[in-house]
Amino acid sequence: MKKKKIIQFLGFLALRACLYFVLAVLLFFLYDIGSKGGGAISWEFLTKAPRRGMTQGGIFPAIMGTFLVTIVTAILAVPLGMFAAIYLNEYARQSKLTRIIRLSIRNLSGVPSIVYGLFGVILFVNILKFGTSILSAGLTLGLLTLPWTITASEEALKTVPNSYREGALALGATKWQSIRTNVLPYALPGILTGTVLGIARAAGETAPIMFTGAAFYLPYLPKSLGDQFMALPYHLYIMATQHHDISLVRPLAYGTALVLIALVLGMNMAAIILRFRLRRRKRG
Amino acid sequence: MIKKKRNWIRLRESAIRAFFFLNGIMAIFVLIGIFGLLLYTSIPAFREVNIKDFFAGRNWDPTSPLKAEYGILSMMVSTFMVTACALAIAVPVGVGVAAYLSDVAHWRVREIVKPAIEVLAGIPSVVIGFLGIVLLGPLISKIFNTSSGLNALNGCLLLATMALPTIISISEDSLNAVPQAYSEASLALGASRWQTLVRVRIPAALSGIIASVMLGMGRAIGETMTVLMATGNARAFPHGLLDSIRTMTANIAIELGEVPYFTTHYYALFAIGLVLFLMTFLVNLIADIILHKYQEREL
Repeated sequence: MKKKKIIQFLGFLALRACLYFVLAVLLFFLYDIGSKGGGAISWEFLTKAPRRGMTQGGIFPAIMGTFLVTIVTAILAVPLGMFAAIYLNEYARQSKLTRIIRLSIRNLSGVPSIVYGLFGVILFVNILKFGTSILSAGLTLGLLTLPWTITASEEALKTVPNSYREGALALGATKWQSIRTNVLPYALPGILTGTVLGIARAAGETAPIMFTGAAFYLPYLPKSLGDQFMALPYHLYIMATQHHDISLVRPLAYGTALVLIALVLGMNMAAIILRFRLRRRKRG
Repeated sequence: MIKKKRNWIRLRESAIRAFFFLNGIMAIFVLIGIFGLLLYTSIPAFREVNIKDFFAGRNWDPTSPLKAEYGILSMMVSTFMVTACALAIAVPVGVGVAAYLSDVAHWRVREIVKPAIEVLAGIPSVVIGFLGIVLLGPLISKIFNTSSGLNALNGCLLLATMALPTIISISEDSLNAVPQAYSEASLALGASRWQTLVRVRIPAALSGIIASVMLGMGRAIGETMTVLMATGNARAFPHGLLDSIRTMTANIAIELGEVPYFTTHYYALFAIGLVLFLMTFLVNLIADIILHKYQEREL
């Protein structure tokens, strides 16, 4: 009897150790970036372009580039993802085709990001002749994000009680009217928070944009969708591995990493807080 | 008049339905499109490169002035090596955390830990790679007395942290889906909670846990930036975890920027991409089949 208790105690202790280990790694990562990156952050760093072979100055073009490319990503991935989810959750019947669609979506979310990059190089840069540009990179990231936005939108649509749909239909509304007036308003906040999470992940991706539009260094801001751009994740990669004097620019690399993490996690956090609030409001 | 209006409404409804349908089947087209374009762009490579040499050749040296070689065996072995090593760490730790969260932890702990795991999943891979260079690299070179800390071990440890969130969240879901009656029966027979966890609940949730491992594996195989930055990228055939290695993903990332378009070298890089696509497709498909079966059984 006592032995059994000791084994249980030790077992649970081991499990708890696993948890503490993972949390410690996470905190250590965040602490290192936060403490060493914090020193590099200044007003100039955030608002000025790099100077003197990127050994001085800031990362403003990279912040703007990431912002612009993320907008293109969202324009492609959010509506398409939402429409696909509406089809899957509201219209599709249990059929072989529906199963194949779902299988494709799950498989798309497992395709390596560098493969999306290759796909973007062929389709957007070469076949459609968009060149290496914000447009090509944004569309590539959009395709990468699509499976996430579909899944997130569908999850949100699933939370709409069936009585909402039936109520509208019973009053003589058509299917589309019931979706537009009863289902979408209820699901929209959930769809938005879910898609923000997907977009945030896309904003931190490097491999898909390396060959579709991100530039090593540009002294000016992109003027149109056809221009190349600097992006935060790619800039971090350059500063960490490709720069001619890596140890000299290390503080700047840390600063870039901190800004990138703050951006991605900030978007995450905003979405999670929004979700939490909306959930509570619905309950009340 | 009324009939006309009704007809119009019906037409509009079917047009709307068709519109959503087109968006719905988009995913299939994207998947087929990726496969088709990769295949189409890879084929020219095999006009010059023997398929057997491609898969079994150890040397990748497309720019050699004497004889260009296109063997990807060393890269494939490197990819498998870091993936296997990462899973060897991430699976026990990840399943351990999942079991702790589902069976031991107070719900308040769970409320705090789950967002933390999401944060870990949200750190961009380029940042993880950066940490491999600045944190893990110096540590490894000090401990093992190697000249550089950028090697397979570094990539393996980083990939493990990246596979963890997937493994934890899906394993925990499948542990939570084990019917309450299983544990109640086990506890009623006098088993301790630990025995119930190890001998009843984990076996019952095994299919979900295996699926989570497969998904984590797919992620590790396809991960680019982390291994590109942290593993050193030497082209030699790897012999141990302290060797500098170059994975398939890293090789594409390094060479695609420099290669002239529409040369054999260019096509060969897409062929590597195709192999990667097929490998991850297979791994994900297996995970999917396992999860699907398991869901059907639950219903």
